Amino acid sequence: MTLKKNDHLEFYRQMVLIRRVEERSAELYQQGKIGGFLHLYIGQEAVSTGLISVRRPEDRVITAYRDHGVAINVGIPAKQVLAELLGKETGISKGRGGSMHMADVSKNYWGGHAIVGAHLPIAAGMALGDQYQGNKGVTICMFGDGATNIGFFHEGVNLSKVWNLPVLWVCENNQYGMGTAVERASAVGEIHKKAEGYGIPHSRLDDGMDIMKVREASAAALEQVRSGKGPYFLEIVTYRFQGHSMGDPQRYRQKEEVTQWEKTDPIGIYNRYLVEQEIATKADLEKVEEAVEAEVKEAVEFAETSPDPALDTLFDYMYTDKEQNHG
Amino acid sequence: MAEINMRQAISDALWEEMERDEKVFIMGEEVGVWGGTYAVTKGFYDHFGAKRVKDTPIAEAAIVGAGIGAALVGLRPVAELMTINFAFVAMDHIVNEAPKLHTMFGGQMKVPLVIRTAGGGGRQLGATHSQTPDAIFAHFPGLKVVSPGTPADAKGLLKAAIRDDDPVLYIEHAAMYQVKGEVPTGDFTVPIGVSKVQREGSDVTIVSYCRGLQLSMLAAEQLAVEGISAEVVDLRSLRPLDMGPVIESFKKTNRAVVVEEGWPSYGVGAEVSTRLYEEAFDYADAPIKRVGQKEVPLPYNRELEQSALPQVADVIAAVKEVL
Ligand SMILES: Cc1ncc(C[n+]2csc(CCOP(=O)(O)OP(=O)(O)O)c2C)c(N)n1
Ligand SMILES: [Mg+2]
Repeated sequence: MTLKKNDHLEFYRQMVLIRRVEERSAELYQQGKIGGFLHLYIGQEAVSTGLISVRRPEDRVITAYRDHGVAINVGIPAKQVLAELLGKETGISKGRGGSMHMADVSKNYWGGHAIVGAHLPIAAGMALGDQYQGNKGVTICMFGDGATNIGFFHEGVNLSKVWNLPVLWVCENNQYGMGTAVERASAVGEIHKKAEGYGIPHSRLDDGMDIMKVREASAAALEQVRSGKGPYFLEIVTYRFQGHSMGDPQRYRQKEEVTQWEKTDPIGIYNRYLVEQEIATKADLEKVEEAVEAEVKEAVEFAETSPDPALDTLFDYMYTDKEQNHG
Repeated sequence: MAEINMRQAISDALWEEMERDEKVFIMGEEVGVWGGTYAVTKGFYDHFGAKRVKDTPIAEAAIVGAGIGAALVGLRPVAELMTINFAFVAMDHIVNEAPKLHTMFGGQMKVPLVIRTAGGGGRQLGATHSQTPDAIFAHFPGLKVVSPGTPADAKGLLKAAIRDDDPVLYIEHAAMYQVKGEVPTGDFTVPIGVSKVQREGSDVTIVSYCRGLQLSMLAAEQLAVEGISAEVVDLRSLRPLDMGPVIESFKKTNRAVVVEEGWPSYGVGAEVSTRLYEEAFDYADAPIKRVGQKEVPLPYNRELEQSALPQVADVIAAVKEVL
């Protein structure tokens, strides 16, 4: 698993791309061009970038509504992410999904699910489908700390052990579910210990801001599931730098707390690591950043100039049988 | 043709589909070792094995949710909910996940899932275990809802549901497993979203489905003795809803009664009668009547319970009111 310089530059590119896409999205939201809810991934880039970097194509990925980062990590072009945010026909979900519902089945990425915890039983079912059909992959299911308090979580996680399903449960503990801190909502502070109750091996990565550590923990966890030992539960501690969604006044946390965490910016940490270890030069990284800048600019242009879905396609995709798609 | 009961018809459909297609499997509480709460899957576990007849924990959201997941990745699960009263704890997955995924991701995903369940009252199980909430589920575009009233339709609709690429909620009636009827031998399907005239007549149209169909057919027989000719239209599918045969019949008889076992408020009768008014108002010679369950949580006491459930006499009385 030795990484080449190009691998590092690619991970770095993805993290910066997520950051820039999110920043531009926030602006577009402010301009009224993006509707609905918008949950930014800023601050958590190391988690999905590290995790997805060790996944194989046959491993399925499914996550919650904070899904733009994962979308980019699995390889959905930024322009299709932005077009979806703008509700365009060229969006990855053809403008039907929006921010919270992005998927690309051709990349084995199954969304983007907006009901907290509801995708956990679905993930168990996908793993069941693979087990049943003798497929090799692992289903990687990501969810927030808040999701571990809803019944779906317990039903899905229990089932995965009862049937010994190839699932990697990844709890992205960003320490808040909206405005509720973990300890105010979860009887167990160390979330990974909930897996204990279901006989599932588990661990916690305290530093989810360092992509190299995320990679290492994720690779080990994935290996465990791949070896046929059934599900594994990995908690990764991280922090979201922005509000829960746009327009969150953030009364539930202190400015200083945010400032403190911002010192552990995952992109800064990785940047310094790459330079200090002499894996890449500052100039290399700047070149990546410039390329990302250009890509995002182009992506926004693409999204803005893309057509809206035609109004007469309203009933498309309601049923698979087109004959039945009418009001 | 062979005369078999509802239980056998459903069981045969499942069995034949599992024999036909390796991707079809069943999962639910007590479907395996026990043989099915209503003995529909008796013998399946021994024949098909634990891989294809999966006993699950008592976790309805996981049953439907895992069914969705397995369907997404290429299987054709038949997820069973012991009764429709337990569907409420899986509500999100039934109405808010399964019917949404195909459309919400722009056609990328398919959910060929069947959710099999049994509803209905009349067995003195009290308010929590006796409901007919079909209309709630039929409210949601993207979901298909079918509820057969004859063994032949039970078999044909279940086969169609299993072969359908969209999520289908298949609702049986827990007090109808012994009901017998002629069922074609061999493989056949009944199309989803197609209503059927089950009895021809000329004086009045009775629209119904499932247990209501049974009541309506009995009522039509008794009415015939009195010289009243009732046409009985069986909806069979609540969504997509096929109003064609209903409207055609109404244009002929100009009078209609809609019979359902559930509460009439916001129900199937409300929907059907509104559509008749919207689409065939000029043909109405009398206000359309609804027959359904009294608007109360169903009591345990046998007499009380029966007094709340729709009876053949209620259908006859309603018909006489519209004539
Ligand atoms: C069943 C359900 N209840 C409530 C909500 C509203 N809601 C959206 S996100 C959220 C917080 C979830 O927090 P967490 O799981 O920690 O994820 P994070 O937002 O931190 O990524 C809530 C309560 C919802 N979407 N679904
Ligand atoms: Mg959280």
